[in-house]
Amino acid sequence: MESLNVFAARLWPTENRFVSGHRACQGCGEALAVRMVHSILGRNTMVASATGCMEIISSSYPDTAWSVPWIHVAFENAAAVASGIESGLDILAKKGRLPKRRITVVGMGGDGGTADIGIQALSGAMERGHDMIYICYDNEAYMNTGIQRSSSTPMGASTTTSPAGSLSIGQQTWKKNVPLIVAAHDVPYVATANPSFPFDLAEKVRKAAAARGPAYLHIFSACPTGWRMAPELAIAIGRKAVRTGVAPLYEIVDGRLRITVPTPELQPLRDYLKPQGRFRHLDEKTIAEIEKRVAEEYRKLENREGRKI
Amino acid sequence: MRRQSAKPKWTELAVGSAIDVPGSARYYKTGDWRSSRPVWNSEHCIRCGVCVIFCPEGCVLFQPDGYPNADLDYCKGCGICLHECPTGCIRMVEEED
Repeated sequence: MESLNVFAARLWPTENRFVSGHRACQGCGEALAVRMVHSILGRNTMVASATGCMEIISSSYPDTAWSVPWIHVAFENAAAVASGIESGLDILAKKGRLPKRRITVVGMGGDGGTADIGIQALSGAMERGHDMIYICYDNEAYMNTGIQRSSSTPMGASTTTSPAGSLSIGQQTWKKNVPLIVAAHDVPYVATANPSFPFDLAEKVRKAAAARGPAYLHIFSACPTGWRMAPELAIAIGRKAVRTGVAPLYEIVDGRLRITVPTPELQPLRDYLKPQGRFRHLDEKTIAEIEKRVAEEYRKLENREGRKI
Repeated sequence: MRRQSAKPKWTELAVGSAIDVPGSARYYKTGDWRSSRPVWNSEHCIRCGVCVIFCPEGCVLFQPDGYPNADLDYCKGCGICLHECPTGCIRMVEEED
């Protein structure tokens, strides 16, 4: 897969729906993921975006980085608004007031807007079966407001509200598994993606757009500012996250799980933790503990492969 | 394409303060955030496009001569292109002024 990335990069569409001039930090993996997703989805797209980094960097008034229709909504209801847009388009199409073409409705949010605050609206939209995509850009904390922990923050990460110190290792709970929560709604398409594997991501975005019914994408996106690492490592760290089993890439089509980038031999977790300042304080014992759990989770995923979830 | 003036009067605002110019952020040049800029060595470049695909700004593009180069109006100098380049033909040059 990595070699395919190197040699087929020229096949990437040049269409850019998330233009240069947005205010993301240097080396923002999330801005990269948004750009990739929307160059695949193209112009017949409508986006409802929850509050978060992607809202503040792309729409500082009077500018917008979007060249598709985009609406900013409150933190908790991006999925609800996207489902409303989908229903509205449906009615307008029935009345013959829209040209006959497929319009992809996208709801997007960060991990806070998906796993914590927006999970009720997300669950509702998935359960009602709207023909939409919900995309979660997971950078593992509330980066926009200054790196507060979310339920998506991994064990051991130091954030401003779960600081590491002599009595604490940082975040003390495990990461919430949102893709499997959404898969439990029995939706046609659920996938995890990563901008470090662009062709895997592109295929998943196309499948999600083609699915009739709700689709969910969970995109692991590096945040150099919040993870306290050098900005040029944003892509490399995403690759490491897949290879160490921290953020495995899989898709669940009609309830059947398939690992799209298999990693039979997990790399040592230290390679992933070491460049990141948020894990700097971890001692050997804690790293071994986390590594054991990560490997366990990955084996569980492998056992589920091909079977109905 | 018209950009809304920096401080429009309330009578000039669209209903709901909607922004009616798509992609107007491209008028905001983020290039001055940069402390060093990437420079391509076209002798070693194999034109694979990895830098084009991984640029978070979308500012590295294939130029008419077939080689990629960064639009320095927007490049924030993150160095991802340099780190991901398989041939190592990119180097970062510090901005002097």
